Amino acid sequence: MSGKTLTLNLGPQHPSTHGVLRIVLELDGETVVDARPDIGFLHRGIEKLAESKTWHQVIVLTDRIDYLAAMSNNLAYVMAVEKLMAIEVPRRARYVRVALAELQRIASHLFWLGTHAHDLGAMTPLFYALREREVIMDIFESLAGSRLMPSFLRIGGLAADIDGRFAKSVLDFTETFPGRVDEYETLLTDNPIWKLRTKGVGVLDGESCLGLGISGPMLRGAGVDWDIRKSHPYSGYDEFHFEIPTGRAGDVYDRYLVRVREMRESARIARQAVEGLPGGEWIDAGSAAVFPPRHELKHNVAALIRHFGLVMEGITPPAGEVYHAIESPRGELGFYLVSDGGPKPLRLKVRAPSFVNLQGLVKMIRGRLLADVVAVIGAVDIVLAEVDR
Amino acid sequence: MNLDALRQRFGGSLREVTVFRGETTVTADRDVLLPLGRFLRDEPGFSFRFLSDLCAVDFHPAEPRFQVAYHLYAPATGCRLRVKVILGEADPVVDSVTGIWETADWHERECFDLFGILFRNHPDMRRILLPEEFEGHPLRKDFPLEGVTAP
Repeated sequence: MSGKTLTLNLGPQHPSTHGVLRIVLELDGETVVDARPDIGFLHRGIEKLAESKTWHQVIVLTDRIDYLAAMSNNLAYVMAVEKLMAIEVPRRARYVRVALAELQRIASHLFWLGTHAHDLGAMTPLFYALREREVIMDIFESLAGSRLMPSFLRIGGLAADIDGRFAKSVLDFTETFPGRVDEYETLLTDNPIWKLRTKGVGVLDGESCLGLGISGPMLRGAGVDWDIRKSHPYSGYDEFHFEIPTGRAGDVYDRYLVRVREMRESARIARQAVEGLPGGEWIDAGSAAVFPPRHELKHNVAALIRHFGLVMEGITPPAGEVYHAIESPRGELGFYLVSDGGPKPLRLKVRAPSFVNLQGLVKMIRGRLLADVVAVIGAVDIVLAEVDR
Repeated sequence: MNLDALRQRFGGSLREVTVFRGETTVTADRDVLLPLGRFLRDEPGFSFRFLSDLCAVDFHPAEPRFQVAYHLYAPATGCRLRVKVILGEADPVVDSVTGIWETADWHERECFDLFGILFRNHPDMRRILLPEEFEGHPLRKDFPLEGVTAP
């Protein structure tokens, strides 16, 4: 310790901050003495905006909260509204939702893996990871017409039924994907440079994680096996077989292992969902929140009026408040909705896992080297759009 | 979760206990927030060690205007609980729970930033999402959706 410190501004424009995160670092040589994260550069006021939209219009906003896991955000939101309105979602729709949420988890983890490895000097995994992510994006595109912002889920079910191509492409993907994960692991898991950069770096034990509200792969990397898909199975997760991978050390390396193994499990779940896909309805057609079928609008005036009413006035859930949380790729993603019985939410609060998990950053990097900061930020797996909302 | 034990311990300070859609909500006087929080975290049978979320709601023009909602989770039992305190417009102040759940730090800063609710004894009570020079608290209902530009 020289006693003389240097203030270094990391970000907001810096590739390793994965978006617009600014950290003011206090350095002694290369050692981080203190750090002050500065967030909010991507604050778009989504919660305020939601208060001026109808309950249906909010769905498209949720895609934009976390653009790497739009399906998960759709799911958490529509499930919260369904809870508020006591809507029962048909089994077929629940299965498709699970398949989509798990594909989204894989896509998100792949993007994380590629960029995180790239940050630490391993260039190759990025190209492999994006190759597989592209397949998932293609599946989303063929289903919803959009890759990043599908807005495919609806209150009560799905925007449309899936077609035959969907099942086949998911089966094809999940068949080859475990072999692809083996390839990534060949590049990293036993790689001595990778281990040196990640083992023992950014350690946070399970107790500290719980105190800091940290959830998801970060918490499981520290050995706490809490996954909402198991603890509070939603959307039919209790009907699938899967494991919850956990680590022990709570360092960057164990978070890596947890996410890589999660991708394998997600592929298993998506496959089970498609193989066991039940027939029947894909939306709760009898619900007051559901739009009449498109083809009816041309010859059924009652359906046309109902459609018009739903677009112009929206639905009116009962007054009350609900909180619904799901396991997003980053952890506990929750929506807290307060309704006054009107056509717009009185309050919508997003419990964003990135925001909460990022709070642990200072604890993880204090006393470590500057180079470790990059490794730790990557291992938190933040999406700044979700941090700032 | 034994709500009677909670009622016995805090009696008249709990204004209301409701269940809606299977979610339990306890509305408490703000004066008992800290002892209530500690009790909920430490008492066996409750052990709400995980604060999922903390946020404010503005009911303007109704009075009392604000509510702060704490979403608790107990990893050991899998129970969830919502605790609420009600605050008036003239005095939107409540004790900080950062001493009980460390994670409350950023949540409370966000609450202050967007709603102007003050958290007593918070270690670092300043804005978090908006720039320091920003005037007003945008998630208040009387803050316009459009027409205000950032300084």
